[in-house]
Amino acid sequence: MAPLMKLVRLRGFPILQQLHLEERMLRTTSANWCIINDGTPSPAIVMGLSGKVPELVEAKSVLRDHIPVIRRFTGGGTVIVDQGTIFVTLICNKDDVSDVQPFPRPIMSWSGQLYDEVFKGIADFHLRENDYVFGDRKFGGNAQSITKHRWVHHTSFLWDYEVKNMSYLKLPTKAPEYRLTRDHTDFVCRMKEYLPRSEFIERTIKSIEARFSVKSINLESPDIPSSEFVHTTRLLTEQELLDPCTIQT
Amino acid sequence: MALRLWASSTANALKLSSASASRTHPLPSPFSLSRCFSSVLDGLKYANSHEWVKHEGSVATIGITDHAQDHLGEVVFVDLPEPGGSVKQGGSFGAVESVKATSDVNSPISGEIIEVNASLKETPGLINTSPYEGGWMIKVKPSSPAELDSLLGPKEYTKFCEEEDASH
Repeated sequence: MAPLMKLVRLRGFPILQQLHLEERMLRTTSANWCIINDGTPSPAIVMGLSGKVPELVEAKSVLRDHIPVIRRFTGGGTVIVDQGTIFVTLICNKDDVSDVQPFPRPIMSWSGQLYDEVFKGIADFHLRENDYVFGDRKFGGNAQSITKHRWVHHTSFLWDYEVKNMSYLKLPTKAPEYRLTRDHTDFVCRMKEYLPRSEFIERTIKSIEARFSVKSINLESPDIPSSEFVHTTRLLTEQELLDPCTIQT
Repeated sequence: MALRLWASSTANALKLSSASASRTHPLPSPFSLSRCFSSVLDGLKYANSHEWVKHEGSVATIGITDHAQDHLGEVVFVDLPEPGGSVKQGGSFGAVESVKATSDVNSPISGEIIEVNASLKETPGLINTSPYEGGWMIKVKPSSPAELDSLLGPKEYTKFCEEEDASH
């Protein structure tokens, strides 16, 4: 019998709250979870755990335009997210996905197989150096957190984006090899050019249903972990954005 | 301590014959091979979450194993606690970041943290290049030395890693 996965579908849920919810789901529950959040209300920059503000973010314009900068609990790079971003998160007990070793590369590969099915017949989808690409253009960024018995793999999908928002991000010093020297607009692409938003979400759910027994849960359910938890994910302060010696974590 | 190389074999993954995965011939240096096999040291104890502990008198040194660092990939950041805190057997005390993932590091024993490896802040890659020496993570004053008896010895840990790799 396929293991149970609880599905939480959200729309326009703020990304900071989503990340807090994910941490609580990972650390304080023993269930498998899928969160699908269709957009976050306003632009936000989300950095990985070890991200350094001076290397990744144009701090002056971010402060000028009041763009929140969030340090999340998972690894990986920096993204700017907004209403055009679709978030898909999978939180699994390693024993419920027992053919996947609980290390970054096997988990990433497993996720690639899941999304292979989502995009079959629609686009030239690949997992390329930890990114989801159509051809050689990235449309989804991934990150993970792995605990002793569980792991989370979450993705921000570029349904659509505003070019001007990319200017808040610096070109990262560490980039995948396939990026070459391309700037943001030549490196990424928009999912909306390939399939409708609702179709992507339905196909994703279908792919998950092929692996799990999916049960829909709403935010009011007692299954949702309460917010009493010391989260690692947090909003950076103005001081931390201005100070090159930003204290990490 | 002499380095005795046990072949925690990736032979299954590499489709090599078992003759290649020899455990009876110590190699001159763990780094003289292409990194097909993870090294497991004599004299250490191991947790099935892939941490090692070296107990010397009243101090125990803890880090992650060669098998772990090999499977994690390039470590780019290490999050460690402050000295003075405590650890509980099996509980998380920090994390490493590699390949877009943060991975918890769990303590094989309980005790008080007396020292933390400050070098890992500037050189997190020591965990990859020297997991049992320069890449040590914390030193602990054990509160229950008997906990060491519940851990795996080198041969048991080698077998554990082989079985884990073979089953995936």
